[in-house]
Amino acid sequence: MKDQAIAVKGLVREETRLFHLTKAFRDFFSYAPFLGPFLCLVVLFFFIPVILTTGLAFTGMDSKLEWDFVGLQNFRKLLIDPLVPKIAKNTIIYVFFTCLFFNVGLGFILALLTTYYVKRENVGLLFRSIWLLPRMTPSVVYGLLWLWFLDPSEGGMVNQVLQVFNQPTQSWLARSPMAVIILVNGFVGASFGMVIFSAAIKAIPTDYIWAARVDGASDFDIVRRIIVPLLKWPIMFTTIWQTLSLLSSYEYILILTDGGPFYKSEVWALHAYHRAFKVLSFGEGASVAFVLVVVGVGVCLIMWKLFGFERLMQPSKIEV
Amino acid sequence: MPSSAVSVEALEKMRIVAKAPRGQRIREAMVNAGVYILLVAVSLPIVVMYTWLFISSISKRTLFGFIPRGLTWNNWRFLWGEIVIGARAYTSIWPVTLNTFLFAGGVMVLVVVVSTLSGFALSRFQFRGRSQLMQMTMLLHAFPGVTLLIAIFYILYTISKVPLIGPIFGLNSIWGVVLVKAALEIPMSSWIVKGFFDDIPWDIEWAAYVDGCSRFQAWRKVILPVVRPGIAAIAIFSFLAGWSEFLYLFTFIFDQKNYTLSLFVKQAIGDFKFVDYGLLTASALFYMIPPLLFFIFTQKALLRVSFGGIKG
Repeated sequence: MKDQAIAVKGLVREETRLFHLTKAFRDFFSYAPFLGPFLCLVVLFFFIPVILTTGLAFTGMDSKLEWDFVGLQNFRKLLIDPLVPKIAKNTIIYVFFTCLFFNVGLGFILALLTTYYVKRENVGLLFRSIWLLPRMTPSVVYGLLWLWFLDPSEGGMVNQVLQVFNQPTQSWLARSPMAVIILVNGFVGASFGMVIFSAAIKAIPTDYIWAARVDGASDFDIVRRIIVPLLKWPIMFTTIWQTLSLLSSYEYILILTDGGPFYKSEVWALHAYHRAFKVLSFGEGASVAFVLVVVGVGVCLIMWKLFGFERLMQPSKIEV
Repeated sequence: MPSSAVSVEALEKMRIVAKAPRGQRIREAMVNAGVYILLVAVSLPIVVMYTWLFISSISKRTLFGFIPRGLTWNNWRFLWGEIVIGARAYTSIWPVTLNTFLFAGGVMVLVVVVSTLSGFALSRFQFRGRSQLMQMTMLLHAFPGVTLLIAIFYILYTISKVPLIGPIFGLNSIWGVVLVKAALEIPMSSWIVKGFFDDIPWDIEWAAYVDGCSRFQAWRKVILPVVRPGIAAIAIFSFLAGWSEFLYLFTFIFDQKNYTLSLFVKQAIGDFKFVDYGLLTASALFYMIPPLLFFIFTQKALLRVSFGGIKG
């Protein structure tokens, strides 16, 4: 009996040693089917493109799709190109005004009005649904709606209204393309802030507001002294996230003005696209995109360091 | 305003809180009216635009967007007949619709499969670099994918040179773009799925392992059925994301026979812009049917579970 026990113990111990030695090996095969596809796709379409963009930025690749390294030539061209400062200016104006006035500003106003001021839940819900509609619409359809709205002929909605007041019809897309792209992106972007801020406002403990009202605070006081301070974190989060998003968004601009007329509404990200796919100089396009990739990675790192991982996960969390 | 157990109005009735003086009540009523006027004014463009979308699709012309002048079904002729856009003729819109279905469906299947697998790993497995991987996943979602379009173009071009899988997954093919779109959706979806898996108590899974299941079997037979509603949500979202996709398709697909509805509508806008709004809005509305249905049915639910898996 005792011998058997000792023999069994020896067997188990040896098994255990081998077991531990091969643990990493077996773990890999156990995890591989789960993480494998994910890693493959992410490496193929995120990491490799980042490296590729960096590489391509130093080539003069054109429609022949050959690699010919030209060093810093693309960047030198960018520095002397008279179009580049104009595009940079457009980009800054576009990002700043859309983010401030629409994505964050209008988003906040909408959230505030529909969750706090409007007392009936259903009405607030209705307005929030209306503002979610642009975000749910396919981009070409949404672009079509604005193209009609701003149609330069008498058929356009704004022009029809103008004609009622005997004003001449305007060609909005040609006249003020920057305002147009800010409006168009703003109406879509506002819903992001609206949703986050609504969630945040709803998370405010009712007791705070109740106590303030008992103390005689008006609605405006409550907004100023309770709601806004408590929303500082969601506002900060939305601002940075939307800034990054706007810096690299150009789908609606492409559909509506395509950077026109004559680059008046061209932004940086769109310019990279045009250089690569319109003019077919991929190397130059990559160099323009490279600047944006660097900025994108930089902002991501800032967000990470500033907000930490956990806070990034809960933008509407109220710290009370 | 979030409802509290006792409302101000109820307390006023009980005279515990004195009714506000008349002046203040009038001011509050005015503020209330102002709020409604502001909301309506700001939301008006959206309401007008979408009303026009519907009404114009069945009218010859419209006045101010919501008054039709001459009702007609002719705008919908693309459903049953040939349509000529510029120099190109479409014999029918249905192959294009099929392409769109295939694309959206492909994205949906790929996203669901990959993110349920990786979400499970992120939720359950302990391995080196786990937290780094999780953080990277979130950062990937924040990173703008469209800046990488040029590099992805080159990658797809390279794939199309590969002998067997080239024509299927390379440039100018629906399935190649499916890979791209899915890859961009997967970080976020994996994160959401991870959240679902986190909520499952360990006991269920432990019971499966005790009964002799491997990781994979436990995943398939025990865990997945429990998160089915979450998976369904991911599936619907990725299908719609695929359906609405435009930029990647526009950049990577050249042949008309591979077009999806988004490219079709874009082309129609290019040729019929300002000219035949009836046809344009009809085809746009046709294209928009799935997202519209989804919007109508889930209005309330959408606003509770806000973007990014953050519970509102």
